[in-house]
Amino acid sequence: MADKNTFVQQALEFMPALYSAALRMTQNPQDAEDLVQETYLRAFRAFDSFQEGTNLKAWLYKILTNSFINSYRVKKKRAYETSLDEVEDLYLYKKLSQQESTDRTFSPEELVLKTLTDQEIKDALESLPESFRLAVILADVEGFSYQEIAEILNLPVGTVMSRIHRGRKALQKALHDYAVKKGLIKNSAELIGQSEGEKK
Amino acid sequence: MTSSFQKNLVDKCQEAIHKLYHYLDGELTEEKRQAIEKHLDQCRPCEQAYSFERELRRVIADRMKEEVPESLKKKIADLIQHEFH
Repeated sequence: MADKNTFVQQALEFMPALYSAALRMTQNPQDAEDLVQETYLRAFRAFDSFQEGTNLKAWLYKILTNSFINSYRVKKKRAYETSLDEVEDLYLYKKLSQQESTDRTFSPEELVLKTLTDQEIKDALESLPESFRLAVILADVEGFSYQEIAEILNLPVGTVMSRIHRGRKALQKALHDYAVKKGLIKNSAELIGQSEGEKK
Repeated sequence: MTSSFQKNLVDKCQEAIHKLYHYLDGELTEEKRQAIEKHLDQCRPCEQAYSFERELRRVIADRMKEEVPESLKKKIADLIQHEFH
């Protein structure tokens, strides 16, 4: 059982991580602030039930995601949720490996990692369906284990693994599409045209 | 002899790529982790794929960091203070 007098000392250090996750969840600064505020209020009131010595960050994330799911989530199914089966593993890396470098200093892989802006990466993550987005944030941004994510989201571990897997594929496809749009790399049709041109 | 060696390498590459995310997620047993690392020491294409995925993840995590507005820090401090009374 945790002592409420130690709440500020223990819990406030996680505010930057919680606020960043809240922004990606709600996609709106005002809602993100409200969500973090609600999370801290609920956490403080329930702090008596927190088991000292267990993972406080995971406990706070559980409150954050529950609050989000209950109060802020937008229920919309995106069209490409079902079309991800056609997206292969390591999608971005495989696409980049097929490219010829357009830059003298950097490989296509380095160029994409260096040139995509903060906003483009945030937009790519926010474009994911909500269930995938939550799983990817918890795994790739916060580094929680599959078991911890399963407890935070109250889901079986197998479901968590599947969502992370599909979420990563969707994220890589979104990043690839940004890189094509920016002219950093060529899309598949252009690559086919290029190789046919070389054959002639 | 050569073809059996090559087949073995291809099998190991397939296994390494299949386990890439479990490895980066820290979800492999020590024994499997060491087997992957041994393969990566010998196989440049697999090592490059691992490096890219590791770097991509680091870039994404770094770019997601946001600064908490001062007004929010104050609101939460006030809220907790209020709850104490």
